Amino acid sequence: MFRLAPWKVASILALVFCAALLLVPSFLAPATVAAIQARLPSFVPVRPITLGLDLQGGAHILMEVDTPSVVKTQVETLRDDVRAKMREGKISISGGIAMQPRGVVVRIADSAERARALPLLQSLNQPVGGALTGATGRSLDVSDTGDGAIQLQLTDVAINEKIRRAVTQSIEVLNRRLNGAGTKETNVQQQGADRILIEVPGLQDTTKVKELLGATAKLEFRLVGDPGDPPSEVEQLPQVQGGGTIPVQKQVMVAGEDLVDAQPSFDSRTGEPDVNFRFNLRGGQRFGQVTSENVGRLFAIVLDGKVISAPRILGPITGGSGQITGNFTVEQADNLAVLLRAGALPAKLTVVEERTVGPGLGQDSIEAGKRAAYVGGALVVVYMLTTYGIFGVFADIALAVHILFIFASMALLGATLTLPGIAGIVFTIGMAVDSNVLIYERIREEAHLGRTVISSLDAGFKRAFATIIDSNVTMFVAAVILYLFGSGPVRGFAISLGLGILTSVITAVTMTRMMIALWYRNRRPSVLPI
Amino acid sequence: MKLLRLAPENTKFGFMRFRRVSYPLSAFLSIVAVVMFFTVGMNFGIDFAGGTQVELRAKSGVADLAAIRAKGDGLGLGPVEAQRLGAQSDVMLRVKVQSGGETGEQTAIAKLREAFSDAYEFRSVDAVGPRVSGELVQSGTLGVVVAILCVLAYLWFRFEWQFAVGAIIGTMHDLLLTVGFFSITQLEFNLTSIAAILTIVGYSLNETVVVLDRIREVMRKYKRLSTAEIVDMSVNAVLPRTIMTATTVFLALLALFFLGGDVIRSFSAAMIWGIFVATYSSIFICSPMLIYLGVRADAVDRSGESEAATTAKAKV
Repeated sequence: MFRLAPWKVASILALVFCAALLLVPSFLAPATVAAIQARLPSFVPVRPITLGLDLQGGAHILMEVDTPSVVKTQVETLRDDVRAKMREGKISISGGIAMQPRGVVVRIADSAERARALPLLQSLNQPVGGALTGATGRSLDVSDTGDGAIQLQLTDVAINEKIRRAVTQSIEVLNRRLNGAGTKETNVQQQGADRILIEVPGLQDTTKVKELLGATAKLEFRLVGDPGDPPSEVEQLPQVQGGGTIPVQKQVMVAGEDLVDAQPSFDSRTGEPDVNFRFNLRGGQRFGQVTSENVGRLFAIVLDGKVISAPRILGPITGGSGQITGNFTVEQADNLAVLLRAGALPAKLTVVEERTVGPGLGQDSIEAGKRAAYVGGALVVVYMLTTYGIFGVFADIALAVHILFIFASMALLGATLTLPGIAGIVFTIGMAVDSNVLIYERIREEAHLGRTVISSLDAGFKRAFATIIDSNVTMFVAAVILYLFGSGPVRGFAISLGLGILTSVITAVTMTRMMIALWYRNRRPSVLPI
Repeated sequence: MKLLRLAPENTKFGFMRFRRVSYPLSAFLSIVAVVMFFTVGMNFGIDFAGGTQVELRAKSGVADLAAIRAKGDGLGLGPVEAQRLGAQSDVMLRVKVQSGGETGEQTAIAKLREAFSDAYEFRSVDAVGPRVSGELVQSGTLGVVVAILCVLAYLWFRFEWQFAVGAIIGTMHDLLLTVGFFSITQLEFNLTSIAAILTIVGYSLNETVVVLDRIREVMRKYKRLSTAEIVDMSVNAVLPRTIMTATTVFLALLALFFLGGDVIRSFSAAMIWGIFVATYSSIFICSPMLIYLGVRADAVDRSGESEAATTAKAKV
């Protein structure tokens, strides 16, 4: 009836031992852990339990790709493409190209020319998406409006694809920026369709990081406008130094994409901080060509639509390198160099959520959580002891193993422990003994019906089992849903609740059963002690 | 050793007679909860209302609330709520969601830092933009609904439909009373409150399932008894376990409430309330529901046969 295979006892003990081993790294210094990791093969899970940002302190910043700006850039590109096509086909645009929220309209009065323009414009329509993204389609809807104009509309597929690419590119750029600035252990990951989550442990004042993350860092070298330039080719841009605006040509000589390196340094003559940069071959040639054609003119270094400086071209610059001066502080020069090296963001990013926890509060939360766990655990342990005597001892041992298993599985899964996670563990301490209570109460009931000790024990375990499963499944479902729909620290609660339910069922059913079987074999009691 | 027994043994309380009291009482409380929700409303935290919240600690001495309010109101961020947190040196500041679109919160943080970082340490900063908070409301509500549907499906699969309906009515009852609790106490309702609600739903169903499980078992054994008698017998049988488990969970939550810190106090308070409500509803709401829904022994018996067959197979 109440058999106990030696291999079962051995495997349970082995499991407990493994769980204890899994937790060893969490008690060691990080350097020791790294040393052990280096000596063992990578599949051995030597990992300390990670503390959430709410416990170790740090910043959580959620940024969103600004969809309107992505669409606007795309519409502008489309306008330029259309203009180029019309020039190529020598078609005169009578009414110009009108920009719409999601496309452009080209007015061509002459119907023969319009008929000729249509296939040319159709050629702009490219297939987008691929097997990986699932959604495939064309980039444009090209149609004749019927009143002397052709309309080109961006499709949803094209816009979504653009946003998807903007997000992946932004993640790369942000990673490069954070690494370049020497920020350690940052985590940058996509969240949802158009969001990026940045987690920086230990960071308190987010102002600087947000400056680093938020700057688009679009660098352009353009010529400063001459009075002789046509007005449509020139725009007024604000100047960083001295305020006011300066006329700058719309055409870009060389763009930031052609930079291969940027380093902060000091101006050899004035000793002021500046940024040295180097172009790639294409950028170097183009820069050399433009500067040799325009000796004596001013050129503007434009960053994110603002003119940093507008030096005079003293002679052809053919070396493919140069420097940017602009009354920088050392820090500003450092930052600018990092931004230029990391490249420009493909779209504007806005911070939509920000949460920072200082190390003091995190430490306080850890202390409070520990205290609650110790006291809560002690209360439950004592209560079980006074209610069930020796069986209470078994339940308490099972409870201790349950807690060991929760932490061990968190270490194994690489799960993060948060403050709500600690609350979840404390809650499961109260909940874990429920399976024991169900079993014990059932055993008592069976004994009251006049069964022998061994048959009460057997029936108690057997009958309580179905109830334990049914009642815990409902709780587990709640935990899974919470994990799927929850965010941040609340997920930590869902993890410890879910793991706690699993481990409590395992420990209550198997461990308690084993202990009671051993106890029965040694004592052969004639009366149940509960 | 004399063992402690909180629950009297071999009770024969006529729980089902109480349904004439418990149903009107619960109906009344549920209506109060709904009315409170729509009139007084909830004290939504920034997770759901959006806005900026910072926790400050005075670098020296006691935090001067009046001065903080005066300075805060002068920042042009709308009214600045300030309240003391536990220690005399700690203050929580809260600013409503700003009108300047998604970047409004960023401006608010910058202004608050500028105004207070000389004299105060910033222990935590939370800023949630209007769009994110809207989504959090959506996913929170959706989570609760999906959880209830999943559990309903499971119960339907494992029990008769009457049991599932009884369990869901009990869960809705607990949900309403918990919402009412938040509305009456004006405890801050935030993301952890959603966690509390879902855990209460889980606990409530756990309680209900234990009772229903026993009802099903007793129903198979005593086919002659009336449903009311069966339910009474079952509730009495599981009563010691119900009291025992409610007590252990209550003890754990009590420790969490008093020692777990400010961040999870409202969570612990709601959970403690939920444990009581869930225990009450599993006995006085769900179980009597079976009498009205007319569950019959022969309906239960059919599934019992197949279960008996599987047990028989397992024995071979």
